Amino acid sequence: MATTQDTRERIIVPGPAGFHPPSAAQLGVSLPDPGEGLYYGLLEPNEDKVIEEMARKMLTSPNATIFPGPLVLWAWNEHAIEKARAVLEIAAQIPNVMIIPMPDYRPKYPKIDPEEVINPNHPNLTIWGNKIEACIFVGVHCHYANLTLKMIRAGTNCLTMAICAEQGHEDAMLTIRDSDVVKLKKTAQVFKRVREEMGIKLPDNGENVRFTGTQSRVHGGKTHTSPLTFAPVTVGAGSAGAFGHSAEQMKREG
Amino acid sequence: MSEALEAEQKTNPQGDPITSVAAPKVEVGTARKDPHAEAKRQKVVTPEYMFLEAPRTKEFITGSEAAKEAVRRSSVDLAIAYPITPQSETMQLIGVLYGEGYVKEYYRGEEEVGVMAAIAGGSRAGVRCFTATAGPGTLRGMEGIASWPGHRLPAVAMFTCRVVNAPLAIQPDNIEVAYLLNCGMLIFHAENQQDMFDFIMAGFTISEKNDVTLPVGVCCDGFFVTHARGYVRMQDRGIRLPPREAWRGAVPVLDAENPPARLSRDAPVQKSNFMAYNIHAVWQQEVWAAVERSRKYINKYMGGLLTAENVDDAEAVIIASGSAAAQSREAVRICAEKGIKIGLIKVRSLRPFPTQELRQLLAKTKLIVVPEFNYVGWLAKEVATAIYGYSHAKIIGGPRVYGGQSMPVELIVDEVESGLTGKKSTNVAMSSIMGGAVSQDDVAHFMRSI
Repeated sequence: MATTQDTRERIIVPGPAGFHPPSAAQLGVSLPDPGEGLYYGLLEPNEDKVIEEMARKMLTSPNATIFPGPLVLWAWNEHAIEKARAVLEIAAQIPNVMIIPMPDYRPKYPKIDPEEVINPNHPNLTIWGNKIEACIFVGVHCHYANLTLKMIRAGTNCLTMAICAEQGHEDAMLTIRDSDVVKLKKTAQVFKRVREEMGIKLPDNGENVRFTGTQSRVHGGKTHTSPLTFAPVTVGAGSAGAFGHSAEQMKREG
Repeated sequence: MSEALEAEQKTNPQGDPITSVAAPKVEVGTARKDPHAEAKRQKVVTPEYMFLEAPRTKEFITGSEAAKEAVRRSSVDLAIAYPITPQSETMQLIGVLYGEGYVKEYYRGEEEVGVMAAIAGGSRAGVRCFTATAGPGTLRGMEGIASWPGHRLPAVAMFTCRVVNAPLAIQPDNIEVAYLLNCGMLIFHAENQQDMFDFIMAGFTISEKNDVTLPVGVCCDGFFVTHARGYVRMQDRGIRLPPREAWRGAVPVLDAENPPARLSRDAPVQKSNFMAYNIHAVWQQEVWAAVERSRKYINKYMGGLLTAENVDDAEAVIIASGSAAAQSREAVRICAEKGIKIGLIKVRSLRPFPTQELRQLLAKTKLIVVPEFNYVGWLAKEVATAIYGYSHAKIIGGPRVYGGQSMPVELIVDEVESGLTGKKSTNVAMSSIMGGAVSQDDVAHFMRSI
């Protein structure tokens, strides 16, 4: 299908943007309205276009990585589990993708290996250490996602993407908003379609996720795995639910 | 407490009866009336209905009472008082709401340091918080207040501005706004009782938006607004805003008891030995980015960061906020009688500041007069900074009154007339006149003195 060439100058692009560049908000970038996305700092009325660009970048960039945050890493409730499954469905469409968790937000350096766990206080170390050139953040509370995205844009050449359950993120190069389970599953389908259009195949054994060093060691030296084998089950869910966080309350989180 | 004691009428330290928290006298043999019955019947409505559609009725009340009525309709969970009487009786009136069941928790802090810290704790825990203070109380609590935005704590604090400088005085003077402007919180400036009512309610709604998640300070000029009465159009007291949905905030709620407790905000700002300076730098950027994001909600729920009247073909424009806007309104009327084409811009939101709006409105203006109730002229500086390079207007940073003075409208009219005719002002120092063409002879004395 023929499309009109977008001649507007991109505002938020992979860095390094500088020692301490202005935030995207300072550059005049505003968050998208429902149904829209942000495309390199420009409001994009068709969020599908943004998702397609996400797919292309994740399928073609060296060391593409998904960074799942606490809202999809912890089994808060049934809804969180559903979202975690949907994130793994996205991962299942990207050959050689890595999954590096952001389990919480406390600064840990130098106690932890930043190549194995990303943290909003020093995310650049994780990007540098793994030479990551494209990444997706999903399930990170917005404040911490924004800190992370600013630091990565300032100091690395990584193309950042944010799949947000709320209003999206200006400092990501590509972002979509209101990402509930339905939208996550739709995103996985768009990734599948783009991958097939590009002629990129998945491994026959379905083991398309590349382990990090520690992940490999704890899995007996395997280098790759199938993400869907890690799909969470419902048993054990709901520690948060016991304290009043009902699935209904948290249905938009992620 | 025994029933006999409850039935006694309670009084505040001044001896005034606190009627609404005193238990109603119960006739022998009659059923005890539930003092919270009316509060329990309140219905939750959407912010859109509350602000844009709900019918309103007019009442003649004080600013403190307007604040009380706003809190009544705002599903407030926690209000902490250090009343700093006599500047404002707001927190005493909020205590009445507690007695009536509209506020879930209420207590008196030891002083403002404790109050602001406790507001932080309440907001971190996920509940909707309100407090009010003034002048020296604001500055005493400033360490806590200034830390709220960085911790991304939604709350509403009301600042009923008064003198803060020595010698001690309790009169109106909004110098404390100058200290609040750079905290990273949203700052609204109420002109009158109606603004006080509207801004507090809108403040809760805007404060808790996920992409904002910041505290809101609602300022007014003490006494003029808090103690004087004005007409306030209010929604029915049987409806209220939705309660806070803390799980939707930009940061996780503090929950030390709930595994995984590591999610709690163990803030790196308190662990500087483990963090890079970079994280603090981007953290500050993020706070101010959130301030920027609040603009669309201020436009939606408050009708804009400013209001502008007759600005398009005006020879001169008065820019004011708070009580100075009320005085300016009368000055505009007098100027119009004299045949001067004059406009009025009332700034409602000081943070975020309406920079773009002012640049557009003032592009062709020749004269701007900025009357203020403080010595330092913080609003004039804000205006000058905002329009620098976008307007050739001469900016008269005054007249200014302070220390409890009222502002005769004639002072403002004089500045408009002298500004338009080129006559020297007797009330505004040359050093406070900015923009346009500056006569070096006029400012020579000032230049020598510095």
